[in-house]
Amino acid sequence: MAEWLVGKASDIKEGDRKVVTAGKREIGIFHKGGAFYAYSNTCLHQGGPACEGMITQNVVDVIDKDGLYQGQTYGDETHFVCPWHGYEYDLKTGECIGDRKLKLRKYDIVKRGEDIYVVA
Amino acid sequence: MDMPRNDVRPVDLEMFATPKHLAHASEQARARNYQDFLIVDVDSHHYENEHYTEVFDYIESPVIRSELKEGAGRRTGILNSQVGYQNTGGRIHRAKFRGKEKAKPGKHSDIVLTLDWMDAMGVDYCCMFPTPMLFLGLHPQIEIEAAMCDAYNAWLCERILANEPRIVSMLYLPFNDPEAAYKTVKKFGDKKGVVGFMVTSPRYRPVHDNAYMKTYALLEEIGKPISFHAAYSWDDRALQMTNRFISVHALGFMWFNMIHMTNWVINGLPVRFPKLKVMWIESGLTWAASLMQRLDHSFMMRTSDAPLLKEKPSHYMQQMFYSTQPMEIPDDKSVMQSTFKMINAETQLVWSSDYPHWDFDLPSTIYDLPFLNEKSKRNILGANAARLFNLDPKPVKRIP
Repeated sequence: MAEWLVGKASDIKEGDRKVVTAGKREIGIFHKGGAFYAYSNTCLHQGGPACEGMITQNVVDVIDKDGLYQGQTYGDETHFVCPWHGYEYDLKTGECIGDRKLKLRKYDIVKRGEDIYVVA
Repeated sequence: MDMPRNDVRPVDLEMFATPKHLAHASEQARARNYQDFLIVDVDSHHYENEHYTEVFDYIESPVIRSELKEGAGRRTGILNSQVGYQNTGGRIHRAKFRGKEKAKPGKHSDIVLTLDWMDAMGVDYCCMFPTPMLFLGLHPQIEIEAAMCDAYNAWLCERILANEPRIVSMLYLPFNDPEAAYKTVKKFGDKKGVVGFMVTSPRYRPVHDNAYMKTYALLEEIGKPISFHAAYSWDDRALQMTNRFISVHALGFMWFNMIHMTNWVINGLPVRFPKLKVMWIESGLTWAASLMQRLDHSFMMRTSDAPLLKEKPSHYMQQMFYSTQPMEIPDDKSVMQSTFKMINAETQLVWSSDYPHWDFDLPSTIYDLPFLNEKSKRNILGANAARLFNLDPKPVKRIP
């Protein structure tokens, strides 16, 4: 395992991401809620660039106390979406939303001074 | 020791470029040695509406041509469309930003951009189909379908197929006008790059109507297949009950092909036209295995409803061709293996990408299946289609 320089923490704006090539691996580095998360950039579906798509909130069906459907809204979970086919992943865990048993490989982030590194 | 340099790059969704978008597909192509064997995509698409100004010039009727040009780019016009949020609220950003991609100068932009994704995936030949016109069989005016079909086919033959040997097509048949369908085969059957003819499945004309028999006979005579390309219709009375695109898509893309297949077999068309090759496109695979069992079961009790059949319905269905995409891949691969066995995948299954549509498949969907040997993979990915379309089996792609 080696530490690969991503850059200054401030280089990745809150809510954004960058992709690091670390040897033969591509890793997506996300900055969300003041924390950094790092995942394999290879989708578990057909191998698409999983970290390079839309970042969005989860969609929720609103069901009232009587079990009646009252429309849809956005929830408080953040997902990133593989742009090839729309596979969605939980930004905080790397879990695939359609089947949470499936998870993208997660990498550790190390902060040294103003710089952040991904361990891969 | 030299450490490999790490590269850090931002992600800009709007900077869309096909080779970059499909860079991981190219990695797969290199890792699996696709350069060594033929890959044929029997179902891919372009957006013909981006070239309607060119296509409309081929419309024979001056009145229809004028109406089409008047309606181009307007809120409503003489062409029909469908409700359908295929790009999942912008999650499939390819649909939103691909229009910003500039084709390299030289050939027609649809040729250049198509070759870009073909090479990136490792595809040697593709069968090109339209996109919005997949719904044209639902147009209330039969003469508009016939006119658009004739113009599009002429444009496609002249501007695309004549100029790029790696792109072929099964031309659109104006099926709601049986006489026009027959004339279409007569007119375009021997054009360069025409490897068959395609019926868009969402429509309400039964395939066993006597009016079509001379077209089937002609296709059988010239040795080119007829295919049925699935799509949905949210205006269909049954499908109107669905409330999400996932539902109308999952059902709709099987629904019309299940009806056409049932009519095709029960009315004995495989017996009447035994050499006519038939292909079913973009319904996935599970529907065929299911329908085989369903029709066989009923047939044993009601042979008088299908007296032309000398064998069970599944016998005839096993001699037809099936495109793979959108290929259902269940967790339990033994289920999939049974489906492959039922449809005679070794010789009858032909890979398709459906690129650039939202649910496209890569060649790896076939190549990585654990129960196929190398020969079977190569048959499904290219050799079966090469035999069907009479293509040179030598690979010609240039994987980046």
